[in-house]
Amino acid sequence: MCLALPGRLVEHVQHEGLPLGVVDFGGVRKQICLELVPEARLGDWLLVHAGFALRAVDEAAARDALAALRGPAAATETGSEP
Amino acid sequence: MTLPSVDFSALACPVPTEDDRITLAHGAGAGASARLFADLLHPHFANSALDVGHDGAVLDAQPGRLALTSDTFVVNPLEFPGGDIGSLAVHGTLNDLAMCGARPLALTCALVLEEGLLIATLERVVTSMGAAARSAGVPIVTGDTKVVERGKGDGIFVNTTGLGAVAAGIDLRPQRVAPGDLVIVSGSLAEHGIAVLSVRDGLGFECDVRSDSAPLHDLVAQMLDAVPEVHCLRDPTRGGLGALLFEIAGRAHAEITLDEEALPVAPAVRAACELLGLDPLFLASEGRCVAFVPEAHAARLIGALRAHPLGRGAVIIGRVAVGPSRVAVRTRLGGKRLLALPAGEPLPRIC
Amino acid sequence: MKYVDEYRDPVAVRRVVARIAARATRNWTLMEVCGGQTHAILEHGLDALLGDSVTLLHGPGCPVCVTPVETLDAAWMLAARPEVTLCSFGDMLRVPGSHGDLQAARARGGDVRVVYSPLDAVRIAAREPAREVVFLAVGFETTAPSVAAAARWSRRRGLRNFSLLVSHVRVPPAIEAILADPRCRVQAFLAAGHVCTVMGTREYEPIAARHRVPIIATGFEPLDIAEGVALAVEQLEAGVARVEIQYQRVVQPEGNAVARALLDEVFEPVDRAWRGIGVLPNSGLGLRSEWSELDATHRFGLATPELSRLAAHSDASCRAGEVLRGLLKPDQCGEFGRTCTPERPRGAPMVSSEGACAAYFRYRAHDAAEAEAREAT
Repeated sequence: MCLALPGRLVEHVQHEGLPLGVVDFGGVRKQICLELVPEARLGDWLLVHAGFALRAVDEAAARDALAALRGPAAATETGSEP
Repeated sequence: MTLPSVDFSALACPVPTEDDRITLAHGAGAGASARLFADLLHPHFANSALDVGHDGAVLDAQPGRLALTSDTFVVNPLEFPGGDIGSLAVHGTLNDLAMCGARPLALTCALVLEEGLLIATLERVVTSMGAAARSAGVPIVTGDTKVVERGKGDGIFVNTTGLGAVAAGIDLRPQRVAPGDLVIVSGSLAEHGIAVLSVRDGLGFECDVRSDSAPLHDLVAQMLDAVPEVHCLRDPTRGGLGALLFEIAGRAHAEITLDEEALPVAPAVRAACELLGLDPLFLASEGRCVAFVPEAHAARLIGALRAHPLGRGAVIIGRVAVGPSRVAVRTRLGGKRLLALPAGEPLPRIC
Repeated sequence: MKYVDEYRDPVAVRRVVARIAARATRNWTLMEVCGGQTHAILEHGLDALLGDSVTLLHGPGCPVCVTPVETLDAAWMLAARPEVTLCSFGDMLRVPGSHGDLQAARARGGDVRVVYSPLDAVRIAAREPAREVVFLAVGFETTAPSVAAAARWSRRRGLRNFSLLVSHVRVPPAIEAILADPRCRVQAFLAAGHVCTVMGTREYEPIAARHRVPIIATGFEPLDIAEGVALAVEQLEAGVARVEIQYQRVVQPEGNAVARALLDEVFEPVDRAWRGIGVLPNSGLGLRSEWSELDATHRFGLATPELSRLAAHSDASCRAGEVLRGLLKPDQCGEFGRTCTPERPRGAPMVSSEGACAAYFRYRAHDAAEAEAREAT
């Protein structure tokens, strides 16, 4: 139950009384509701499910965990993507 | 008593003298039909056969074999990035002829219009059809227009039939696909499918993906010139590459193995598929072809493809082997899984 | 794609799998409770990679397949009403109720529309005030907060033509039900990572303690699942049983407090029937009485007795319950691939593409065909 995808918040939009944001998923942009993550800031990576952001991705935790799993080279890879 | 002076210069007649929508009269065969043909269809499709204005087109006979194909086009929405139902209908039928190895000679166009369709929409679609046909150098020589009641059609349904000539020595059929053949695709997948979904009501998202809809007969002619040994050509339209391979594996009685890592999918297409829970293997392309060719000739075929603007992204994606009729996928992790046809059209998921 | 591709790295996955093989001194039985994880495991062949160290069972992790027949029948009846526009996630369109699926309802003239988000259903209601718009709200706790947000938005906009047909389910009672079965062989669980993103992991702590099973909140990519398995094996070998988070990039013990508050505002735990399993107490989420004006069953007078009368008799030879509890693997069922296929499903786990039986059918028919060929020679 579970299809959720991480994307980057690139714009805030107020629309019809809802806090929305434009989230960029690797070149695809969709308006997503931010009601569940009111603290989301531009540039944050958000986990998105059924049109809602569920949570901001903890980038530091991701970097550390990946480094442990893949070796030091991996940490710089994820850090360099825009 | 002086009469008030009235300025009539800005007055617009409130009664519409020209309807801006299709009505049942446009399909009835009389005045409105004739006007629709004369004013809207004929100018965009003009050619010598059509100018005769008869019930059918009479064409010169061709030596050798003929190819005939027919397709009906239904797409929602009618217009999408990179094309519309009109250009799609022309390209789709030209491509079916091309997959037979045929040189296209003529097209027909039958329209079923829904009462209430905006004439401006029809005009854009017809303009697009005419441009696509002219650009491909293939005349639309005959056709028909009917109108159905509001609610009984999806705006526009288009049927196009294509006639082509097949040169001697060309024999492209699924049954010729044999173990040892390589599977080559001319470019990246699923762009048409995603482009249409991106503008579908209720699902919309923004992306730079445009439909890859394009006529392939010129590309195919160059391919066959360079490599006459090609066994089969197919275009991955409805059902995508997955459905195509499934069918070929069935008709050729062979196992086809795909290399997941080699499949060309543009990043934005992949992202859209991940977001909606769709599989790019089962989404349509409308300007790509898949070739089955003996391994010895594969490199030469890739060269011929990449030399053409519509084949720059050509890559080898799999191979045919002895085995039961099925399609397997070699995964990134090095495992192998079987491809199964989805039950129906791809639907966005949350699960 | 960032935060996706890195977790599909074959080299890293193999490294973790090797670690598991080196650490495991015996075969351990793990269960995952999420259709998305079932799908990933089979698609990438992870269970084959894990070999003899670990037996991976699939639990009732597909909220689509466990949606009770009564709910599907209610959706069918609503779709048949000329004034109703039934909105649904795409997953539900081909799940059969007693009469047929929602696609068939649409073919019979029902106004059935697929939406990506519950908000889209609210937008349709606002745009088409003459229609009675009903949203079929299924899914685990991952999805319920979004439906709650949609409910609140509808009320804020003063819409009178929007309602919900609710069939949300909760994961912890399902895990308890599996553990309560005396035939249960599960030694550790991989908890559904996106459910835990919302709910956190606190409610699994009493389960881990009481039943002495490690519970690892795990993600969905191959590397996530491999790591989740590695953490479970580590605990099992050490003889400990606690809740641990593999999916650290989005899961925290407290979850998302805003989402949980929203969920609590609109929903409350209710008893729910799980197709193929039966009624599990407090295993569902239902609308609180303050939100009952949004309840489609009230608005349209869909009384439960009427629905029970319409509900199909359960198929006696269908062993879905055993599959959902991890007591039987799909390909061990006699009807699998014979009388029961995705085109003609007999039970819950075959109806949805995320169900264990359907996933096995998709990815394992290959092995079955090879096995048959071997037997024939």
